[in-house]
Amino acid sequence: MPRLEEHCWSCSCSTTVKTKELSSASWIVCKTGEMMSIITSVLSQSYGSLHSLQSANLIRRGLVLFIVGVVLALVLNLLQIQRNVTLFPEEVLDTLFSSAWWIPLCCGTAAAVVGLLYPCLDHHLGEPHKFKREWASVMRCIAVFVGINHASAKLDFANNVQLSLTLAALSLGLWWTFDRSRSGFGLGLTTAFLATLIAQLLVYNGIYQYTSPDFLYVRSWLPCIFFSGGVTVGNIGRQLAMGSTEKPHND
Amino acid sequence: MTVRERLRQNISAAFYRHGLLCASYPVPIILFTSASILTCCYPLLKLPLPGTGPVEFTTGVRDYSVPSHESQGNLSERPDWYRGPPVAYIQQVLVKAAVSPWDNSLVPVDVFRSPLGRVFSLLEEIRNHIYTDRSLEALCLQVTDLLPGLRRMQAVLPEHGCLLVSPGNYWQNRRDLFDADPDLLKTVHQHEPKGLHTSATLKDLLFGVPGKQTGVSLYSKKRVVTYTITIALSSYDARFVASLRARLKLLHPSANCTLREDHMVHVHFKEEIGIAELIPLVTTYIILFAYIYFSTRKIDMVKSKWGLALAAVVTVLSSLLMSVGLCTLFGLTPTLNGGEIFPYLVVVIGLENVLVLTKSVVSTPVDLEVKLRIAQGLSNESWSIMKNMATELCIILIGYFTFVPAIQEFCLFAVVGLVSDFFLQMFFFTTVLSIDIRRMELADLNRRLPAEAGMPPPKPGPLRPRETPPPPRPSPHTITLQAPAFRNLRLPKRLRVVYFLARTRLAQRIIMVGTVIWIGILVYTDPAGLRTFLAAQVSEQSPLGEAGLPPHLGVAPVFPGGDPTSTLSVLPAPEPTPLPENQSQGHRAARPGVAPVSSPQITWGPEDEELWRRLSFRHWPSLFSYYNITLAKRYISILPVIPVTLHLSPQEAIDTRHPQDTHHAPPPSIKTSDLQTDLTLYKVAALGLFAGVVLVLLLFCLYRVLCPRNYGQNGVPHGRRRRGDLPCDEYGYSPPISEISPLLLRGHSMDIECLASDGMLLASCCLAGSACEAESLLGADFREPGGVAMGGPDVDIFPIRRRTNPARPALFGDQPDLTPLIDTNFGSLPPSQTLSSSGFDFGELVEKAYQEHEPSPTLAFPPSPPASQQRRRSLGDQPVLPPELPPQSNGDWDSSVWAMELRGNLIATGRSSGKLEIYQCDLICCSYFLVSISLMKMEIVAARLNGSLDFFTVEINKPLGLLQYRGPPGRGSLPPSPCYSSEDVISCQLTRSVQCAHQKPITVLKAAAGRVVTGSQDHTVRVYRLEDSCCLFTLQGHSGGITAIYIDQTMVLASGGQDGAICVWDVLTGSRVSHVYGHRGDVTSLVCTTSCIISSGLDDLICIWDRSTGIKLYSIQQEVGCGASLGVISESLLVTGGQGCVSFWDLNYGDLLQTVYLGQSSEGQGVRQLLVLDNAAIVCDFGSELSLVYVPSVLEKLD
Repeated sequence: MPRLEEHCWSCSCSTTVKTKELSSASWIVCKTGEMMSIITSVLSQSYGSLHSLQSANLIRRGLVLFIVGVVLALVLNLLQIQRNVTLFPEEVLDTLFSSAWWIPLCCGTAAAVVGLLYPCLDHHLGEPHKFKREWASVMRCIAVFVGINHASAKLDFANNVQLSLTLAALSLGLWWTFDRSRSGFGLGLTTAFLATLIAQLLVYNGIYQYTSPDFLYVRSWLPCIFFSGGVTVGNIGRQLAMGSTEKPHND
Repeated sequence: MTVRERLRQNISAAFYRHGLLCASYPVPIILFTSASILTCCYPLLKLPLPGTGPVEFTTGVRDYSVPSHESQGNLSERPDWYRGPPVAYIQQVLVKAAVSPWDNSLVPVDVFRSPLGRVFSLLEEIRNHIYTDRSLEALCLQVTDLLPGLRRMQAVLPEHGCLLVSPGNYWQNRRDLFDADPDLLKTVHQHEPKGLHTSATLKDLLFGVPGKQTGVSLYSKKRVVTYTITIALSSYDARFVASLRARLKLLHPSANCTLREDHMVHVHFKEEIGIAELIPLVTTYIILFAYIYFSTRKIDMVKSKWGLALAAVVTVLSSLLMSVGLCTLFGLTPTLNGGEIFPYLVVVIGLENVLVLTKSVVSTPVDLEVKLRIAQGLSNESWSIMKNMATELCIILIGYFTFVPAIQEFCLFAVVGLVSDFFLQMFFFTTVLSIDIRRMELADLNRRLPAEAGMPPPKPGPLRPRETPPPPRPSPHTITLQAPAFRNLRLPKRLRVVYFLARTRLAQRIIMVGTVIWIGILVYTDPAGLRTFLAAQVSEQSPLGEAGLPPHLGVAPVFPGGDPTSTLSVLPAPEPTPLPENQSQGHRAARPGVAPVSSPQITWGPEDEELWRRLSFRHWPSLFSYYNITLAKRYISILPVIPVTLHLSPQEAIDTRHPQDTHHAPPPSIKTSDLQTDLTLYKVAALGLFAGVVLVLLLFCLYRVLCPRNYGQNGVPHGRRRRGDLPCDEYGYSPPISEISPLLLRGHSMDIECLASDGMLLASCCLAGSACEAESLLGADFREPGGVAMGGPDVDIFPIRRRTNPARPALFGDQPDLTPLIDTNFGSLPPSQTLSSSGFDFGELVEKAYQEHEPSPTLAFPPSPPASQQRRRSLGDQPVLPPELPPQSNGDWDSSVWAMELRGNLIATGRSSGKLEIYQCDLICCSYFLVSISLMKMEIVAARLNGSLDFFTVEINKPLGLLQYRGPPGRGSLPPSPCYSSEDVISCQLTRSVQCAHQKPITVLKAAAGRVVTGSQDHTVRVYRLEDSCCLFTLQGHSGGITAIYIDQTMVLASGGQDGAICVWDVLTGSRVSHVYGHRGDVTSLVCTTSCIISSGLDDLICIWDRSTGIKLYSIQQEVGCGASLGVISESLLVTGGQGCVSFWDLNYGDLLQTVYLGQSSEGQGVRQLLVLDNAAIVCDFGSELSLVYVPSVLEKLD
C-alpha cells in the first residue's frame, strides 16, 4: 500500500494536474467493503439455486453489469490520469495496472450491485420504470456520463464551487433526462452519500489524499459523479432486467 | 381554448402544410438543402486540416531575435504559435567521410570504421570550443536523467549534461571502447527494434540522418559515411555558433560545398495523442456508434432501412458541420478539440426526432396519398418535436450562463447545431422519407399490378375465395409473380453466426481490409526503401535522366512547391524528393571508370541542407520525450547545418582496423552487389506471389467451409423447386426428408375451390360446381406399401349420382376402404324428371333472388336424392345408386361454390349464384345470393353481398308445414354416425334477417361461442348474438375493409383488414386489445392459439405475433400464392402449404420441422387451401386432387 500511495503522489506531482482519478478509485474502494459481503451472500445463494432460470438470469445480468463497470472504470481512470505525453504505451499501462488493479474490480462489483438493486427496488415499490426504456436511450445516458467525467477532468473552471455546481446541475439533468423516477433519485442519492462517506473515511485513514480537498477531505464534486454514475448504472440494470423478462416471451 | 391549445393547433397546421410542401417537391427541396449545407460548410475550408504533423516557419538567421510572447498584429505572416523562445535550438554538424582513394587492399569494414572513429575527435573539438569565454556547456540544453522506463537506453543516451548526440554515443563517447569493439555493425543494430516501427529508432536519433543514408553497411556502393552530431542549445548565441562553424570549416574544409546558411527553420509540434487519451476517445466513439446503431435499428416499415439510417446520420453529421462552419463564419474560432467534443454533440443533438418522425409517418394509414401521409405524420409529432427542442434549447441556455469558457463554447456550438439539425430534419429528412414511402408504395403497386392485369378469361385459378369479391365473378384473382422468396428460418444461434459470416463474407472482407491497411502502412513507413529504390530506378531509366538536367534541377527541393520548375522537370520520377544526388553521382563516377576500383567522392548538394526533413516527423519529439520534455504545442528552431568533410587515407583506415575486421568476407564486386539487389527484388516478388497464393487458398478454404455448396449458384433458377429437391432456405439448410406420405383423394375434374370438414367428414367442391364428400374416420390401421406402419384413416367415398371410378393410385391398391366415392357432380348432369316432379322450379327461384336481391322468406327444399347413404363397410360392395338428379336446375349450371361449411353430416354451401344449399350427404336445401355462411349446431347464418345477414334454423324430424320435403328412404344400412339419416326430414327456415347489417358488402362471417362476427368493406366488424341476432358491438378501428376474422370458443376475436392491420378485440366489452400493422396489403387469414396470433397476408408472409403484447415474434415467407394456406395442428405445430408440398413448423421457435411432398407431379401446383382435422390429419388441395396427410410422427416428435 505505501508503494501504491507513493506512486499516486508521484503521478500527481509529475503531471501537475488535478489527479481526479482518485475519485473513481476511492469510490470503488469504499464500495468494495460493503459489496463484498453482499456479493458473497448473493453468490452462495445463486449457487444454491443455479438451476433455476431466475438466478441464472440474475448472474448473467450481474456479469454484464460487472463488465460494464470494469470497462467504465478503466476508461474513466485513463481519462483522469493526465497527459504526461509519453511514447511508451507500456509505461502508461504499467502505471494504470500497477496502481489500480483493484479499482476496476471494485468498480465492476459496485456497478453490479447498484445495477441489480435498481430493478429490484422498482419491483418492490411496484412502479415499473417505463420512461424511455430502450437501448438507444441507455447509450445516450452512458455517453452523457462519460461526458460529465470528461468535463470534470479536462475543463478549467474558475473555482471549485463553480465546477461543483456545474457538475451537480449536469447530474440532475442526467437524472431528469433519462430516469425521472423517485426511486432512481433516492437510490442515486443514497449511493452518492454512502460512497462519499466511505471516500471520506478512506482519506481520513490516509489511504488516499486529494491534491486540493475542498469538502472536508475530498473534492466537492465527488458526490455528483457518484450520483450520475449510480443513475447510469441503474439505467443499464433496468434495461437488462427488462430485456431478460422479455426474452422468454420471444423464445 | 387556451393559449397552449391554440399554439398546438397552429404548430400542427404549420407542420401539416410543411409536410405537404416537402412531399410535393422533393427534388428541389433536396437540392436546396444540399446547397445550403455546402454553403454553411464552406468556411470550414479555411480551417487547418486536423492532424498531428508538425508545422514549419522559416526566418532568416541574420536578423533573428527571440520572438516575444505578445503577438504582433502587423506580422500577419507569422503563425500564432511563433511566440516566446523555442524549447531548444538544434545545431547539427553534418559529417561526410570517406576513405579515398579506395584500393583493393581494403576490406568492407574500412568503409565506416575509420570515418566513424573520427567522430570522437570532432566531439572533442566541439566540446572544447570556446568563444569569448562562452563554452558549449553554458549554452547547451542541460538534461537530467532519462525516464524511468528507459533503462536499456541509459548506456547510450546522454544523461545529466548537454544534450549532444552522435554515433559516438554507442561507445559512450570513448575512443578506446570503439577501438576494442570487434563488430561495429552489431553494436549499432543491437538497439534496433524488431519488426515494423513507425517512430524514430535509436539509430536515427544518434546518426541524425535516415538509416539508409548513413552508409554504415558492408555493401555500401558509395563508400561514403554520413552522420551528424546533434547539439541542442537552450539559448541562441549567434556569435558562438558562427565561431563554431568557422572553426569546423577551417579544420575540415568542404570543397564545392554551397549549402545555404542563412535560414533557420522553426518547427511547431501539435499535441500528440497518446494512448492514454486515445482510449477514452475511442470509448466515447464506440458508445456513439452503439447509440446510432440502437437508434437506427428502430426504423421499420420502410422501403430501405439502410437508406433512411444513412439519411439520419447524414442529417446529424451535416448539422454539426454546419454549426462549426457558421461559428467560424461569425469569427468564432473553435479552440476545443473537435474530435473530443464531437460525440457529445451528436448525443446532445440526437437522432430521436428523426426516428419519431419516421415512426409517425409510417403509422399513418397506408391507403392515404403519400403527401397526406407525410403531412399527417409530421403534424402528429409536431408538438412533441417543438417541445423537445424548446427544452433542449433551455438546458443549453442554462449551460451558457455557467460562464465557463469551454462550456460556453460547447453550448454555442450545440445551439447552432440544434437549429441547423431542426432545419435539416424538416427539409432534408422529411423529403427523403417521402421519397422512400413513395418508393414503397410503388413497389407494392408493382406487386399487385400483375394480379389485376393478369386475369386471363379462359381459366382463372381460384386463389382467395374469401377475398373481397365485388364483382360476382367466379375467380377473384390470379397472381403470377416472379421468383418466390424463400422462407425465413429461425436457426440455432451457432448456425446463424456462421451463416451471417458466410452471407456477408465478413471474414474475407476483414482479411482484405486488413491487407489493404497493412500495405498502406508499409508504403507509408517505407521500411524497405522501396520508394527510394523505385524513384532511383525510374530516374535512371528515364530518358530525361539527370544527365539531361542541370544539376541544381535534378533534385527537387525537399518541400514541393518551392519552385515549380523543378518539380515539373522531374515529372517522370514519381517521387522526386528521395532521389539521392550523391548516390547517382557515385554511379556516374563508377561507370565511366573502367577500373574496377572507384574512389568515393564526397559531394554536397542542396538536399544536404535540410537532411533532418528526411527523418521521421516524430524524431525530435521522441528525442525530447526521453527526457520528459514534451514538444506538444511548442516549437524548436533548427539552425543551418555545419558541413564537415573528412577524407581519410587508406593507411589511416588500415591502422584503425580491429584484428577481427579482416575475417570478414572480401568485398563483393559491384556486379555481384547489383545482382544481389536484383535477387532481393526477385525474392520479394516471389514472396509476395507466394503470400498471394496462400491468401487465395486460405480464402477459398474459408469460402468452402463457411458457405454451403449451392451458395452463389445464381444460374440455377430457384423459381420452381424440382421434385426431389428439398426446400432449402437461402443458407442451404434443408429440413429432414419426411417419412410421411400423403393419401390422395381424387374425384374432381377441376381445381378445388372449397374445403370443409368437421373432423369426421370432409367435403370439397371444385370449380365445376361439384362437391365431393369424403368421410375420414379413424379406423383400422393400414399399412403402406413402403412398410411404415402408421395409423391412417379409412376413407369412404360415396358416389351420389354418378359413379366415377377414379384411377386409383397404386399406392392405395391394397387399401380396402378407399373404393367408394361420392361425387356430387350437380353441374354436369342433365336435369331429370325427378326434379320436375318435385314441383319446385329452382330456376325461377334463383332468378327471383337475383332480381330482387332480397331473401326470400320461403325456403325451397328440393327433393332429397334418396340414394347413397350407405357407409360401406365391406369391400367391393358396390353401392347401387338410383338415377338421381341434381335438385338444381340449369340456373346453377355454371355457378361455382364460394363458401362451404360442414358440421355433423350437414353440408352447407353458398354459391356465387346466390344459393345456399344444404346437403345431408345428399340433401340439398335452399339457396341465396350470399358470400359467406356459417353453420352452427342447428343454425345457419348466411351473409350476403348486399350487406344483409340471414339466420336460418335447420330442423330435423319435424315435419314443418312449410316447404318440407320427405326424401325417399335410403336403401342401404344407416351409417353409424351421430348424424341424421336421410330418412329424417330436414327443414330449413329463415328465422331472422338483418337487412342492413353493414353498409357495404359483407366480406367475412364467422361464428363461434354463440356469437356471429361479420366483417365488411365498410371497415367495421360487427358482433351479433346468435340467439336473437341482436347486434352487440360495432368494432371500429380498421382503416380498410375487413378481410379476415378469427373467433373461437374462448371468445378470442381477431380481425385483419385490407390495410394490413390486425386487431385483437375483447368480445365481452368490445374494446380493442391490440392493434398491429403486419402486412403490406390485405390480411388473408388469421388463426389464434393460446399464446400467439398467426396471420397471413397478400404479401405471402406469415407473421406470428405474441398475443398478449402484440409483438411480432417472427415471420415466414411463403411461396407466391400460397400465403393463405395455413393451419394450426396443435399449440406448437403450424402447417403451411407450398408448391406441391406442405411444411410443418414449430410455432415456438419458427423452425421448419418437416416438409411433405404431396405427389409425384408437383410441378407448379401450390397448396392454396389447407384444413386441419381433429385427428391430427391435414387436408389440402392439390390441383384437382385432395391430399390427406396424417401427421402422427410430427406430433410424436413434439411430445
